[in-house]
Amino acid sequence: MVDIENLKEKARQVRIEIVKMLAQAGSGHTGGSLSSADIVTALFFYKMRHNPEDPKWKDRDRFVLSKGHAAPVLYTALALSGYFDKSLLGSLRKIDSPLQGHPCCKLLSGVEVSTGSLGQGLSVANGMALGLRLAGSPARVYCLLGDGEIQEGQVWEAAMTASHYKIDNICAIIDHNRLQIDGNCSEVMNIEPIEAKFEAFGWNVFTIDGHNMQEIVEALDMAEKIKGKPTVIVANTIKGKGVSIFEGKSSIME
Amino acid sequence: MGKTESCGCVLSNSTELYGKEMATRDAYGITLVDLGKKDSRVVVLDADLSCSTKTAKFAKSFPERFFNMGISEQDMIGTAAGLAFAGMIPFASTFAIFATGRAWEQIRQTVCYSNANVKIVATHGGITVGEDGATHQALEDVALMRVIPEMTVIVPADAYETSQSIYFAANYYGPVYIRLGRAKVPPVMPENYKFQLGKAHIFNLGKDVNIIANGLMVSEALKAAEILNKEGISTGVANFSTVKPLDEEALLKIAKSSRLILTAEEHSIIGGLGSAVSEFIAENYPVTVKRIGIRDSFGCSGSWKELLKFYGLTSENIINTAKKYLKE
Repeated sequence: MVDIENLKEKARQVRIEIVKMLAQAGSGHTGGSLSSADIVTALFFYKMRHNPEDPKWKDRDRFVLSKGHAAPVLYTALALSGYFDKSLLGSLRKIDSPLQGHPCCKLLSGVEVSTGSLGQGLSVANGMALGLRLAGSPARVYCLLGDGEIQEGQVWEAAMTASHYKIDNICAIIDHNRLQIDGNCSEVMNIEPIEAKFEAFGWNVFTIDGHNMQEIVEALDMAEKIKGKPTVIVANTIKGKGVSIFEGKSSIME
Repeated sequence: MGKTESCGCVLSNSTELYGKEMATRDAYGITLVDLGKKDSRVVVLDADLSCSTKTAKFAKSFPERFFNMGISEQDMIGTAAGLAFAGMIPFASTFAIFATGRAWEQIRQTVCYSNANVKIVATHGGITVGEDGATHQALEDVALMRVIPEMTVIVPADAYETSQSIYFAANYYGPVYIRLGRAKVPPVMPENYKFQLGKAHIFNLGKDVNIIANGLMVSEALKAAEILNKEGISTGVANFSTVKPLDEEALLKIAKSSRLILTAEEHSIIGGLGSAVSEFIAENYPVTVKRIGIRDSFGCSGSWKELLKFYGLTSENIINTAKKYLKE
């Protein structure tokens, strides 16, 4: 049985750490980290088979943070999982810290690939999934994208690849918080209808409330059962979720 | 997989490549199949040009390890990185301009900044692309790759060296860019030659002029040197197939023995081998350097032989340049 209440509490702790570390750093992306906190919590503390003691375990499930600016949520999940000491979180964005403004896999254990320039993660996740399939590994690959991010053309190249090669050991998750730096996605560059686009590209699509832990867990479980095509979970979220003064704002601390 | 099934590629074995006149891309196609037999981690990606890049032979031999990515170079590079992270040894191929130009940021961010074990082997480097013209002639690719931290850049001179550099890349951990050509090139490397990363091959050291070349310009440099030496101008030739990391030791030795250094490359004189040599020479042992290459312009259509003449990528131009600047 999944302990939903426990996961919710974990997500609360993740949010507290995110806000603390961003306050200490004095800059960074709060809104996009908080909007994906529940999803990332469900992945690291429920769904993914991984081992902080053996971060390069070949059959581990992989997490690709394509929206690299949400680094704080990844760093927090890694620290609370035990990849490194929680005290390191205070060094975010500081000189000589392995916690770069955007994740760098060469500097920090548990980060699978360096990200930050948007639109590149899904291709990498596809490649990992293809490689794992060739190697006969049961591992799965999870890729978190921002909704504004899917304005990048490469995302759709990768969307074609995943369905063309019937990559079913991948699960993409769109953090659909409806905001990007310059404003509402719908005003900056409309991305709707997201679901219909992915369906047209040959994906299995689930739409959920990205802050409802039960729905997140169920969608991740169901995704694993879909064979012969990739699955994307469109998670409707609220930017800055969990901190009232940040909610619904296109917030970047600068 | 499409057309790749019926692609008529040169069949041979990579151990037989010494002394063969052959396009470096053909040597690549042959070597890839050998590699594929030896190591099941070798996978190949292409962007709808597998007949031209010669990866089609690998596709036919190992269909389950070949990924045609369609016309999407950015996705190809990212997918290659993912395959590398899953323990594979990916070779990603397309024309040099699309590999390095269209996917430059993917190479910088996803491959090099992550130190992904990706081998980018691009064909159709330089002007000898020929009739397709400027849009398909990469004259900037070496510059684009050389500027990225962690990247290794290799421009082999002939089929024999190509095969060895491909083997090297497969056994080396980290990003590698190898630039190959479309046109047939004569064999230049000796039978006992062993490719080593960052090691130039000095054919001979001149006391007046030394020509530092790579790619197909090595054979032009050797032709030029033969004539200059007969005319009493002591001329040496070195093949700097590794542009990065540069063989600084060899370069210093050459500089100390030169009244004039000429660089010769099938690339823009901005940012490539000529630039790399000039930067080192200026900082460490100033000697007059003249760069032979494409002088800050786009290419154009024509046969590859005509184009080499048109842009001065010939032994004649090397000879004239040597004589002109030795007088001054």
